[in-house]
Amino acid sequence: MSVAPRTPPTKRDWSWRSQAFRGLLYQIIAVVLIGGIAWWLAANTAENMRVRGIKSGFDFLTQPAGFDIGESLTKFDSNDPYWKAFLVGVSNTLRVAILGIILTTILGTLIGVGRFSRNGLVRGLCQAYVELFRNVPVLLQLLMWYLLFTEFLPDVTEAKRIGDIYLSKGGITFPKPIWESGHLFGVAGLLVGAIGAWFYRRWARSKFEATGQIRSMFWVPVAIVLAVGVLGWLAGGAPSQFAVPQKGEFAVEGGGALTPEFMAVLLGLVLYTAAFVAEVVRSGISSVARGQSEAAQALGLSKGQEMQQVLLPQALRVIIPPMTNQFLNLTKNSSLAVAIGYPDVVSISNTALNQTGRAVECIALIMLVYLTTSLLTSFFMNWYNAKSAIKER
Amino acid sequence: MKLKTGTKVVLTSLIAAGALASIPAHAGKTVDAIKARGQVVCGVNTGLAGFSQADSAGNWTGLDADVCKAIAAATLGDANKIKWVPLNAQQRFAALQSGEVDILSRNTTFSLTRDASLGLHVTGVTYYDGQGFMVTTKSKIKDAKQLKGQTVCVQSGTTTEKNLTDFSKANGLNIKPVVFEKVEAATGAYFSGRCVAYTTDASGLASVRNKEAKNPDEHVILPQLISKEPLGPMVRRGDDEWFAIVKWVVHGLLEAEEYGVTQANVDQMKSSTDPVIQRLLGTTEDTGKLLGLDKEWMARAIKAVGNYGEIFEKNVGPKSPLKLPRGANNLWNKGGLMYAYPIR
Repeated sequence: MSVAPRTPPTKRDWSWRSQAFRGLLYQIIAVVLIGGIAWWLAANTAENMRVRGIKSGFDFLTQPAGFDIGESLTKFDSNDPYWKAFLVGVSNTLRVAILGIILTTILGTLIGVGRFSRNGLVRGLCQAYVELFRNVPVLLQLLMWYLLFTEFLPDVTEAKRIGDIYLSKGGITFPKPIWESGHLFGVAGLLVGAIGAWFYRRWARSKFEATGQIRSMFWVPVAIVLAVGVLGWLAGGAPSQFAVPQKGEFAVEGGGALTPEFMAVLLGLVLYTAAFVAEVVRSGISSVARGQSEAAQALGLSKGQEMQQVLLPQALRVIIPPMTNQFLNLTKNSSLAVAIGYPDVVSISNTALNQTGRAVECIALIMLVYLTTSLLTSFFMNWYNAKSAIKER
Repeated sequence: MKLKTGTKVVLTSLIAAGALASIPAHAGKTVDAIKARGQVVCGVNTGLAGFSQADSAGNWTGLDADVCKAIAAATLGDANKIKWVPLNAQQRFAALQSGEVDILSRNTTFSLTRDASLGLHVTGVTYYDGQGFMVTTKSKIKDAKQLKGQTVCVQSGTTTEKNLTDFSKANGLNIKPVVFEKVEAATGAYFSGRCVAYTTDASGLASVRNKEAKNPDEHVILPQLISKEPLGPMVRRGDDEWFAIVKWVVHGLLEAEEYGVTQANVDQMKSSTDPVIQRLLGTTEDTGKLLGLDKEWMARAIKAVGNYGEIFEKNVGPKSPLKLPRGANNLWNKGGLMYAYPIR
């Protein structure tokens, strides 16, 4: 169907009767007002800070920070500048946010789907989970997990040993592969496998559309990726050196470690947000017309196929927008980590704020970090939403 | 309503920014505002036994609180005319800068950065402190250098974090800090065993050990101090009259101890013939006039809270629950660092 394009007005009418003119005028007034208020606030604050002799500006970022950070993905030394400390904080926040979003999506979807189970026990458990976790404030949940880890695990000096894994108030310490160049072949293998899997899926889909033969679209690609990865690892000389944690006199040393702060933040946020995601998924599935499910059954699809092939794809367009909200909430809630001593960007900024006294600047940086991550998340989700929207032809 | 901790910091800072924006550049006289209001607004710690702590009736006690009371007595004639504003470590400077409080008497360390870049003035030292470590007796740690590779719980927003790093670096200890926003969370984590040690100013350690430990005997404060922490009240820049009042009340309390003027004998002392005491209590020269106060200013302050020695004994001294030795906080002529400038 095509709509005839409206004929543009031949002459612009610049009078009060013109809607276009009034609209433009109101917009200009609004922009000038908001801009003026923002300018007034900024200029006045700067002027008053100057008068009171409060130093301001972002020059402190290049000064040496002078404090240590408990956990960091990259190496951080107290002589490094403030901006590097901020980066460590941002990376710690992103670490929780990204891992949290992935785990939350998996757990939330499972629970949401579980609420449609034919098994009453599963249904009941899923509902109980949702009601329990979404109705307790997330800060309390974080504190509770942290308390559980620090109160009930054994002292560092009496770390509990399970194989080569140590469990204590210091967190979980586990063997970590020592990086060698041979691992590079393994990584390359995984990449090659991923490309192979993509071609396999393309081939399987065209075969399916041509002949109706169903091939596994999940397990076979996974197997391809893993197999080629292992082949690459073998080709690289199968490096299998592990850094095994050793129990010293006062601490467990060596290997990889997850601190109780990190685990409490991740666990608390994932369990809390998953309850909301489960509800989003449930509402999405409920929104698909009952006839769809009946039609799937009439075609003889199994319960799993019905969910995977018919219900979820249609539910996705309802699920994605509120899901974006949940992802943003998870990212922003990670700022509560400061309460239990996880060095996220808020915690680092607080320290920087106190060392330098640059309150306005540090708070502005925190806001900028969360704004950027949130905008990126919504940008990605909007793209995905557009992609999975029903294509009307 | 209890705000989320993160929100609170943001809010305070925003309020501070807003207040900075709205106050006219020519700051009014703090003393005039105090007299018009009839109250001194005093920023104190949210709860540090011996320094500033509220009881169930809302009465604030402690060394830092007494300094505020002395100043209120000197300025307004009544030590009870105080509005107490409990502040956490991050809020404190913003609260003083924005004019939310008149004076910050909250175990705050003086340092160059704080004096020169925050728009604030340090006045006088009311407690010479140093940063120390508390460990469990069970850990058998006797020396701070044994903390190699260990986790240490610390509160953020303090000079403590930086001192810890300096100490760790200078001795190659690779100490891992676990940083908490609230002092309760930091001490809680230490008592639960998450950290091998808890670090803050030695006076704070004594306070925590005494107030929060289930059994104080299970914890020891290591004798080694790793920093110098001169604590005392701070005021805003740009009001020299108020700065002078706070500074000289602190010195007056020290002078009173040195010359034996106490809370109990201050009235009899008014008839003393010692010219120093006569000046201090305003019976001859009117020292208060120079500060914009009346001549009884110091007499009222001493009557309200006692001299410095009495304040120390009552709140943190050997007979108080904190049992802190007088040490560096003794008068200069008794081997300490407390030296009053002459009131004349």
